[in-house]
Formats: sequence, C-alpha cells, structure tokens
Amino acid sequence: MMQAWKALDEVMDPELDEPITTLGFVRSVVLDGDVLTVHLRLPTAFCSPNFAYLMASDAKDVLRDLAPHVLVVLEDHHDSDMINRGVAADAGFVGTYGAEASRDLEELRLTFQRKAHAAAMERAVRTVPLERLRTLTLQDLPESKATEALRRRRSALGFGTAPDALVLVDDHGVPLPPGDLPLRLRFARSVGISIEGNAHFCRGLLRTRYAMEETA
Amino acid sequence: MYSKDGENYFIVDAHVALWDARPENQRNIHGKQFIDCFYDYHRNLSPEEEVWSYEEYLYQGGERLMKDLFDDGYVDHAIFQPAHLGAFYRNGFGQTEEAFALTSKHPDKLTYNHCWDPRREQQGLDELKRDAERFGLKGVKLYTAEWYGDSRGWRLDDPWSYRYLETAQDLGIRNIHIHKGPTIRPLDRDAFDVADVDHAATDFPELNFVIEHCGLPRLEDFCWIATQEPNVHAGLAVAMPFMHTRPRYFAQIIGELLYWLNEDRIQFSSDYALWTPRWLIERFVDFQIPADMTEYAPLTVAQKKKILGLNAARMYDIPVPAGLDVAPVEQEAVSVA
Repeated sequence: MMQAWKALDEVMDPELDEPITTLGFVRSVVLDGDVLTVHLRLPTAFCSPNFAYLMASDAKDVLRDLAPHVLVVLEDHHDSDMINRGVAADAGFVGTYGAEASRDLEELRLTFQRKAHAAAMERAVRTVPLERLRTLTLQDLPESKATEALRRRRSALGFGTAPDALVLVDDHGVPLPPGDLPLRLRFARSVGISIEGNAHFCRGLLRTRYAMEETA
Repeated sequence: MYSKDGENYFIVDAHVALWDARPENQRNIHGKQFIDCFYDYHRNLSPEEEVWSYEEYLYQGGERLMKDLFDDGYVDHAIFQPAHLGAFYRNGFGQTEEAFALTSKHPDKLTYNHCWDPRREQQGLDELKRDAERFGLKGVKLYTAEWYGDSRGWRLDDPWSYRYLETAQDLGIRNIHIHKGPTIRPLDRDAFDVADVDHAATDFPELNFVIEHCGLPRLEDFCWIATQEPNVHAGLAVAMPFMHTRPRYFAQIIGELLYWLNEDRIQFSSDYALWTPRWLIERFVDFQIPADMTEYAPLTVAQKKKILGLNAARMYDIPVPAGLDVAPVEQEAVSVA
C-alpha cells in the first residue's frame, strides 16, 4: 500500500500545482486479491470535469504496474459515472466525452504547467536584486525548496536544468527580454497568488464537504 | 447607508439573487449538488454566528431578502443577477417573476437584471427584446457554464453570443455581468478562462463587462485583460468573505485589483444569499492591508466608498445622496507589451 500512496504522490492537481495525496483527494487505497482500488473525492460535486478526468486517469497510470487490475473510483462528482467508465476503459477524454470534447487534455495540462512554472520562477527569485536578474542562472540560486520546485517545473516543461541555464524564461523556455522583466515577474506573482489562494479554498471546501478535522 | 468613524458609505450590493433550491424545484440530482456546493461555500467562509441552517439556505423569499439587505444589511440599492440553471431546476434557480415583482414594488431599492443564453439563437434573441422592454433592463447576468441540451457551456465570443451583445447595445443594455463556471464547450478547454471576455470587451467598447468573482479562480488572467481593456470591471462576489477566513489572501486580491485595475472598477457584492451583506460591509470598512505586506499601499476611505457603492451607482445611474459621492480618478489603461 505504501508503494501505491508513494506513486500517487506523483499525481498533481494541475490547477493547484499540488499532489492529490497532500490535498486529501485520495480517500482510500485498497488491494483485494488482484485488484487495486483507489477512491478519489474532490472539494465539490462541480469541480471541472476536465481536471477531474485528468487526475483520475493520471492516478490509474501511475498505479498500472502495481497490480494486475487497477480500479479508480471518483466519488460524489456530477460526472462520476461518465469519468469512472471512461477511465476504466482507458477511453481517453475524447473517447469518454465524445462530441462534448474537441481533443484530449494535454493542452490544458500544458497551460497549467506553464502557470506553475511562472509562479515557481517568481518565488525562486523574489529576493534577487533586479540588476542581477538578467544574467541569473540556476547555479546562482540558493539550495532551497523554491529552487527545487523551479527545477521540477522546468523539467515538466522540458526546459533545461543545467547549472548555467538562465532562470528567467517565458512559457516556451525562451529568455525574457530584460525590458519585460519587471512586468513579467509582477504578473508571475499574481499567478502564484491565484494558485495558492485556490489551493487553500479547495482544501477548506473539502474539509467542509466531508466534515474532516483540520489537518494542514 | 453605513456610518463609521464619522464617514458615511453609500452601499450598492451589485450581485444578489432570489433563488429557489427547494427539493420540489430540483429537476434532478444536479439541483441538489449545486445548492449543496453553494452551502459548503457558505459554511466554509462564514463566521460561525452568520451560518444559516440548510433549510433557510434553500429558499429565502422576498420578505427575508428585504430584511437581510435593507433593514439589517445597510444596503441602499441592490441588483439582481439571476442564474437560470434550467437543466437543474424546474422553474429555474433565480426566480424571475418574484424578483421582478419585488423590484416593481421597490424601484428605488432594487434593479432587476435578466439573463440570456445565446444557444437559444433567434428565439432567445426575440425574447431578449421583449424582456428588455418589460424589465427595463440596464444589465444582464451571463453564466457561461449553463447546461443546455447536450452542451454544457458557451463562450462570450461565439457568433450567436455576439448577436446578442449587438442587440443589447442597440437596446441600451450596457452592463454585462459575466460569471464563469466549471464547464464549457468544448469540455477540454479551461472553463474559467476569461480570454473570450477580452475579445468581446475589445469589440464592444460601449459595453461594460463586469467579471464576477474578479475572475477567480483565474485572478491573474482577469487582471491581465482588465489592465488592457478599460471597460472591464471586477465584481467582488465570493471574494469578500475571504476577509474572514483568510484576511491575507483577501489583502492580496484587493491589492492586485488596485494594482492592475484601479479603484473605480471594483464593485462590492454580498452574492446574497450565499452570504449576507451586514457583516461583510462592517468588516470591509474595518479592513486594512496588513502592515508587513508592504507591496500594497494601505486602503483609503475613498477607495472603500467607491468599492462599496459609488462605482456600481455610477454604472447604473443610481442617484447618490449629496455629500456621499467621491470623484473617480482619471486613469488610462496601463500599457502592456
């Protein structure tokens, strides 16, 4: 079971940039014979179905090698039946939603990986003076959680993590023009406020919905 | 009006509802899920003494609304912003006839905004013309995550949506309140994305676009477009109660809005009956940016007066008693690359 929980640590809520395990979205993990069953629950019945689908299908993907059969059950969602059927059949988002969807969810995921990167980048350089920002490389950053988080977000997007890689890059990994830095960092700060605020709200709603004790 | 420390605040609650979520009006399980979600918002963000019972929350009626807003709540004028949710509730969630009757009885206190759904195409467009006359519409509330047939959402820049906006402009309906929700068509897009509002705001410069919940959960995208579009405004529905549960986050929201927009483009609302205005107004007047958050300037009394009522009063031509008004700031949209 520990192995399954550890694997689920790698499944992120793309919108909140946090693992579904620390967010409390994994209600239970049970191995019964050949079948590994994971129950997921979300803060509201109306969480966006696209994000719900991503988390459920990602959960199945990371557990695939741990048991002959993996069953992911999303509980109490307005689209629970649809999503559970789609994930069980490995139908993909378009296969699950048919005419309602135009394509699979990689572009949506990418949008939020970019937001997470921008926020992590701003957090990592918050105390660096403006005049040093233009030439700042990863090796100039102190070893901290913020730096580690930035490296992870860069890797997710396929940006380099070599010591001499420039820190301040846009959503495509291209170095930001020096003149744009103050405004882009100011915007990246807003992105971070948004993500953190949403994560806090979602945690609170989950606690309220399921009458959970405060844990965070 | 609310008075504190020798200052008088004219209050416009720019987003209220008269809803009916009782079981007999629920069309299906989603009607229950929807009001349960609202009730969780209410329980999660309210001070303990302000939490209602579930039964009270399902339906309030006109009398209770008048008391909560005007007798107990300091509100001078309130604007109905109905959500139809016809796929979840038999007679709709927002109660059109009841709210309009109440508005007709108290025209000095209430304004009725209606809603439309561009997926109803020509039929809905014809109805809009009749509704504009019947209700004397100055504004509308649009919910892009409304379910309709096999579609679970629409975009403000869809072709039929533009026909409705053109018609609204012709009919003198100037104020378009937009509320984003969790679904859209196609479903693979980010339903909360406000890029469609950006397009519409550019193409309809005579209309005001008030984005409810100030774009939350996409505050940053909202701020970015509002910086570039001077006719985009922030509605504070749902943001206000964070004052209680998470004052530092609320300080960040207000600080960001004042930085990217300005004090003339932010509107208070209680989002009644999600919350009641009394405690929100009292706490907002007392609220200050924490001293250690030096990235934001302290809130001024003039800013609070504008946010609590004067901005919405100006947008809706609601008369403000002598001595209570504050002049707007002259500010060009910040130029961004």
